[in-house]
Amino acid sequence: MNRRRVVITGIEVIAPGGVGRHNFWDLLSEGRTATRGITFFDPSPFRSRVAAEADFDPYAHGLSPQEVRRLDRAAQFAVVASRGAVADSGIDLGAVDPYRVGVTVGSAVGATMGLDQEYRVVSDGGRLEAVDHTYAVPHLYDFMVPSSFASEVAWAVGAEGPSTVVSTGCTSGIDSVGYAVELVREGSADVVIAGSSDAPISPITMACFDAIKATTPRHDDPECASRPFDATRNGFVLGEGAAFFVLEELESAQKRGAHIYAEIAGYATRSNAYHMTGLRPDGVEMAEAINLALAEARLNPEAIDYINAHGSGTKQNDRHETAAFKRSLGDHAYQTPVSSIKSMVGHSLGAIGSIEIAASALAMEYDVVPPTANLQTPDPECDLDYVPVVARDQLIDAVLTVGSGFGGFQSAMVLASPERSLV
Amino acid sequence: MTTSVVVTGLGVAAPNGLGTQDYWSATLGGKHGIGRVTRFDPTNYPARLAGEVPGFVPEEHLPSRLLPQTDRVTRLALVATDWALKDAGADPKDLPEFDMGVITASAAGGFEFGQGELQNLWSRGSQYVSAYQSFAWFYAVNSGQISIRNGMKGPAGVVVSEGAGGLDAVAQARRQIRKGTSLIVTGAVDASICPWGWVAQLATGKLSTRDEPTRAYLPFDREAHGYVPGEGGAILITEDAEAARTRGARVYGEIAGYGATIDPRPGIDREPGLRRAIQVALADAGVDTVDVDVVFADGAGDPAGDRVEAEAISDVFGDRGVPVTVPKTMTGRLYSGGAPLDLAAAFLSMRDGVIPPTVHIEPCTDYPLDLVLAEPRQAEVRTALVLARGSGGFNSAMVVRTTA
Repeated sequence: MNRRRVVITGIEVIAPGGVGRHNFWDLLSEGRTATRGITFFDPSPFRSRVAAEADFDPYAHGLSPQEVRRLDRAAQFAVVASRGAVADSGIDLGAVDPYRVGVTVGSAVGATMGLDQEYRVVSDGGRLEAVDHTYAVPHLYDFMVPSSFASEVAWAVGAEGPSTVVSTGCTSGIDSVGYAVELVREGSADVVIAGSSDAPISPITMACFDAIKATTPRHDDPECASRPFDATRNGFVLGEGAAFFVLEELESAQKRGAHIYAEIAGYATRSNAYHMTGLRPDGVEMAEAINLALAEARLNPEAIDYINAHGSGTKQNDRHETAAFKRSLGDHAYQTPVSSIKSMVGHSLGAIGSIEIAASALAMEYDVVPPTANLQTPDPECDLDYVPVVARDQLIDAVLTVGSGFGGFQSAMVLASPERSLV
Repeated sequence: MTTSVVVTGLGVAAPNGLGTQDYWSATLGGKHGIGRVTRFDPTNYPARLAGEVPGFVPEEHLPSRLLPQTDRVTRLALVATDWALKDAGADPKDLPEFDMGVITASAAGGFEFGQGELQNLWSRGSQYVSAYQSFAWFYAVNSGQISIRNGMKGPAGVVVSEGAGGLDAVAQARRQIRKGTSLIVTGAVDASICPWGWVAQLATGKLSTRDEPTRAYLPFDREAHGYVPGEGGAILITEDAEAARTRGARVYGEIAGYGATIDPRPGIDREPGLRRAIQVALADAGVDTVDVDVVFADGAGDPAGDRVEAEAISDVFGDRGVPVTVPKTMTGRLYSGGAPLDLAAAFLSMRDGVIPPTVHIEPCTDYPLDLVLAEPRQAEVRTALVLARGSGGFNSAMVVRTTA
């Protein structure tokens, strides 16, 4: 088989607990958590009052006052992170045909923060049903239709090839990268700036997750509120952030002497066709996506050295994906470290899939498995090796990362060393 | 040998006709669906016209439990999917569940649903926000609900590239069929004719502020001055050609080529990307310009957008080198739903040997285009090019052709 292979040559991360891939990795490898009581607005009316907020100063990252006004916070993350990924890769995009450079941006809820704020203004605090257009900001349409994020990234890096936003809820961050990989493989682009961004920590988001009790009400010790796979887990902690990558075709990356973090060797997404928010405990559809991603990577289950779990910390999710790992990897599931970085950086909806791809690539880079923080009390229903509390040194050549989201979407991606032997 | 991907079913919800039959006969008859907004009182807004889908009563088509949890856009998408599957003669119960996927485009998700919950939040308090808000408004809602209603467990996807997204979704469906899925429901339906959506659209400054439905949206006309937004779109059933043949399906035609670009940053002295997108699509399809029988233009309806498109078309095809039509003049611009509706029109053109007209316009003579005006034009249509552009610089082009 002679298909084009796609590798990651640049990474940038904006996550709670630290902006930049180095701060991000320090947080993960030290097992620190970035969850805290909400500071963005008064959380007292809400059931859930904790979140993983990023301390992000757009001016410190080169955005102009006009950009800061025009761009929703999630778009700001996307622009800064995509520029950072290009810088990390060392690629000279000026020397590449712009039509051969694509952009793929994942986002679950787009410019939610901007929409929430602007609705409040044009409705005069909810009083006007016939909202007042004379109070609308000029860029309100860019908040409504988040393909504006892809435009901003393309304009920031000078891309003119295929560009889009992928918005599949909480699997957007994997699916956007998967989409980009297919663009390179099929030859529609040679380089794709791909990643995802979400900034959902806003009253409307807190209210909608309150209504279905998806987020944790544990506000007495916010640093320990995100507890994936722990028996006392009772919901996820909302987060925010972005991760972007430079994806290139393997041979051209090698030719220019690029540093290669990992090959994106396999990807698949499947639907449970069951419920917009509910999961059956058997994990059949996620297992199917995992099997397909492994087959595309031409790897046996035994080749997987680390599983970067979705691990949201809801009762149903952690049970569901534990079942999916066993169903797809068999006995090897019990011998493979599994961890959830959401224990440290929360769940940033459409962004987290890309942030977890970054964590997976950095785990390969440093041969360290990041831990599952706050895992103190084992749950008999979750009986795999979840790497509690402390990171683990281990050689890592192949990682499986998965995501599960509203809409019933289940996605899986395999990252591997390009020098691995293929089956 | 790359897998050939064909379209076997169409489901249409358009402002000038609900259902494929009504839409197509209205379109060939030059009947438009643009009128004063009825879904809210537009009196105090500077733009007051829209293309609203007529006569849609969701209770007649959907179970009552789905109604409280769905925006109008999702109800239209679910029903259009039902019709498309029926048209394709494909019963999801008869097909392997992992072998059917759903990939749609969206521009604004369930925006009207979101308006209601934002109002509840800010006027009454967070405890009044619906449990359905967590998914009823977001961009992935149609793909999720279609997959659930039809038991489709194959690849899912949602793309957002404003008005170009509808073609990007169909292209992604083709990719996934080539990777091994037999049938994918694709296309797009968009709707955000609510005060909150209206105010967001007004902010662009591109909505037509005229009150006369036949003088409001005039692409390629000297008086072009903005567009009329509409709701609706089309859902298409795409299949692996071999699988479609095996089950004896009637085939409308093939998704033969696709290209996409994004314009350079505003202010940079580089050519807009539409010409390149067209060339990539033609090369992908392996067709020459002389093989193209009609172009369904995007028809921005503002002088700058019209000029860019007219130049791209004449650069590729020569002056007046190919028939060009904009049936959108009868529906308004449907955001991501517009291009899939044009794809449906292109397949119906092939079937019936007729190009639908562009209505209401007197073409600006600066544009060297052979516009099909006022009346449909009888013509053998074997290959069609559909163009779609999106706010923010998105350009997508798709070539479709007959398989006979």
